[in-house]
Amino acid sequence: MVKKLRYTNALAVLLTVVGLSAPALAGSEDVVVENAWSRASIGVNRPGAAYMTVRNTGEDALTLTGLATPLAMMPEIHESKTNSDGVSSMSPAGEITIEPGQSVALEPGGLHAMLMKLQEPMTEGGTFLLTLTFSDGGKVTVEVPILGIAARGPEG
Amino acid sequence: MQRRQLLLCGAAGAGVLGLTLFVGWWRVDGPGAPEPKGQRPLPLSAMEFRLTDHEGIEVGPGNLIGRPTMVFFGFTYCPDVCPTTLSHISGWLEELGDEASEMNVVFITVDPERDTVEAMAEYVGYFHPIIRGWTGQEDQIARVVEGFRASYERVPTEGGDYTMNHTASVFLFDAKGEFVTMIDYHEPREFAVPKIRRALTEDVEGAK
Ligand SMILES: [Cu+2]
Repeated sequence: MVKKLRYTNALAVLLTVVGLSAPALAGSEDVVVENAWSRASIGVNRPGAAYMTVRNTGEDALTLTGLATPLAMMPEIHESKTNSDGVSSMSPAGEITIEPGQSVALEPGGLHAMLMKLQEPMTEGGTFLLTLTFSDGGKVTVEVPILGIAARGPEG
Repeated sequence: MQRRQLLLCGAAGAGVLGLTLFVGWWRVDGPGAPEPKGQRPLPLSAMEFRLTDHEGIEVGPGNLIGRPTMVFFGFTYCPDVCPTTLSHISGWLEELGDEASEMNVVFITVDPERDTVEAMAEYVGYFHPIIRGWTGQEDQIARVVEGFRASYERVPTEGGDYTMNHTASVFLFDAKGEFVTMIDYHEPREFAVPKIRRALTEDVEGAK
């Protein structure tokens, strides 16, 4: 399942909100966000994580600089790494540059949108809005479905 | 006087240098050297620890002998790696079906401060029903991790919270409690499931 839709106008936003499938609500012409998903949380004390593929369909490199969401006070792009001893660690990933025609995958065990200081629990079946900010000032807002805690991918 | 102090200083300096060299040797080549990578976990029968499972029952390594066992470390405040490992394991167990019902599958927390018995109970409830969650005193957790030749470390994060670095591999033991092999974090299902089958059938002393 690849949802690949691009929207730049208010009508599209409206259509999406009323339930037509479209992860990317608005924003930079050159960014396509696909297969966004997240796991439900237990309460608000534990951080959440969201995943997606961010594709640069434009002619110039794009740099993803940050995240914003009403769901969490401290959203940040993180990277999990597992070293040669099998030890996993997680740290802020900094800025992520996506070359023209390339994409970056936020997926379990690697890059992820870490959602720290949740404002409300992430409930299975719900969604939330996540805004990706780029160095050129562009913003793309994505509607992220919340799947079960044991979900393995965008299909559940 | 001046000279004597200098001499003393020199002697102390030589002493410090000697000690430094000795400490260096101890850490690098001597008995204090870090254990080589990939060192095998102890057999379960050689481990000693007391923990509590998510139903409040006292448990130890003895509870794992008699059936094949799968053990992994994590913590419930882990948003990425741990739920991913747990859901992979749930998937492997589904694929194994009835075969898996003969296994012990245990998630041991490395964050007992936040992972109380209640927290573990709620968390494991979202995954495959045979997965047990074990927690306990900090010193007991340290003993378990040592027995598995695993590691963990508390790392502060911005905003005053903390996260835990920890071994993310899944450990497999046969029914006698002998270590069989481990499944690395990024290992695909095609490799993971046969490894589990090996732990289920193997009673030869774990050929890796
Ligand atoms: Cu993270």
